[in-house]
Amino acid sequence: MSAYRCPGCGYVYDEMKGEPREGFRAGTPWLAVPAAWCCPDCGVREKPDFELVMERTSSGA
Amino acid sequence: MTTATFEAAAWKDGKRHAWLMGLLIPSLPLLGWALVAATGLSVFWWTGPIFYFLIIPPLELLIGEDRNNPPDGAVERLENDRYYRYCTFLYLPLQYASLIGSAWLVARGGLSWLDVLGIALTTGLSSGVGINAAHELGHKKPVLERWLAKIALAPTAYGHFFVEHNRGHHVRVATPEDPASSRLGESFWAFLPRSVFGSARSAWHLEKERLGRSDQGPWTLRNDVLNAWLMSVLLFGGLILWLGPVIIPFLLIQAAYGFMLLEVVNYLEHYGLVRQKQADGRYERCQPQHSWNSNHVVTNLLLYHLQRHSDHHTNPTRRYQALRHFEQSPQLPSGYASMVALAYIPPLWRWVMDRRVLAHYQGDVTRANVYPPLRRKILARYGAGAGSRA
Repeated sequence: MSAYRCPGCGYVYDEMKGEPREGFRAGTPWLAVPAAWCCPDCGVREKPDFELVMERTSSGA
Repeated sequence: MTTATFEAAAWKDGKRHAWLMGLLIPSLPLLGWALVAATGLSVFWWTGPIFYFLIIPPLELLIGEDRNNPPDGAVERLENDRYYRYCTFLYLPLQYASLIGSAWLVARGGLSWLDVLGIALTTGLSSGVGINAAHELGHKKPVLERWLAKIALAPTAYGHFFVEHNRGHHVRVATPEDPASSRLGESFWAFLPRSVFGSARSAWHLEKERLGRSDQGPWTLRNDVLNAWLMSVLLFGGLILWLGPVIIPFLLIQAAYGFMLLEVVNYLEHYGLVRQKQADGRYERCQPQHSWNSNHVVTNLLLYHLQRHSDHHTNPTRRYQALRHFEQSPQLPSGYASMVALAYIPPLWRWVMDRRVLAHYQGDVTRANVYPPLRRKILARYGAGAGSRA
């Protein structure tokens, strides 16, 4: 399980928590998030712009 | 301490108290009422249009620009200072007092249709600039501010703006796909229906898509477009139940004039500007050169720095008091109040602005966002410019 950060506003998508309001349940992997999905906080940067901030092993999740 | 950190610590915001001026616009309907009561002159029912079109434009030019930016080191302190957000919160009670007071006045009767029109336009100005307050609030992360944004949008029935602006307009700004980015050669009157209907359609689609990801249909109160519209239904319905159907024309005129004000501001913010497509098919990131800006102090204070539009599009969650002027961003010849008046008269607007779009693209009109129905005509007229392939 990993987390990805919007380089514009600092919003973090954490795979463990998902983003239920956006329709991504807890545990939704980053891979399952559509490529055109944009940052829910700033709307400026899209999924391909996000940066990996934290990589955890799946056993630790 | 280095010199820079010392400067940042010592820096004081010269505009701090002046931000309270933003509360003038939602007070105008009440102020107009007081002026009529004091003088007996019914012209003061028109306080809103008089203020916005006759007093502000010359003041804007007279008082001029302020290009000062807060030093980087002071930005965090400035953004965290809650005083600034209270200035925007206070817009709402005044906006609602004005709307309800004006509706009551209209229902009380004894006014000519001309007086009622003046009251409706003055209230519409307060409701329309309320969309600007909602804009500032709706971009912020705290839930309270997002709720206040929806409440500020209810009087214009523009609740879908909260969705479309943040998730639609900001994503597609300065591209041909954005209904709220105007094109070179497009008149405001052609832009208006395209933006009004295109934005509402897009907002609905965005919510449908978002809810669809959790296997829900759009017909739910979780739909932010629906629940925001419902607020307007409750507000208007409540006022009509209380004061009677006689206020319906007033409500409709103030709402329509209010959202038209937002749309005319949309029109001038990105006129003719476009982001180029990259090799991977995505548009280049939104940068300062993709928005028109103005540093005119008077309108910046009335509109919470909305005219520092480039920084807003680069950093949408940045609070208004911290927005910066960028040297590389294209500048409007005056502030929004004067430019709005110009936009209503298309030949005048094009005479002032088309050459500025051309100059921004070093004479290469093919790099601009050109209005498709006039594309051939515009390319033929400006096509001979340096660097053009047309």
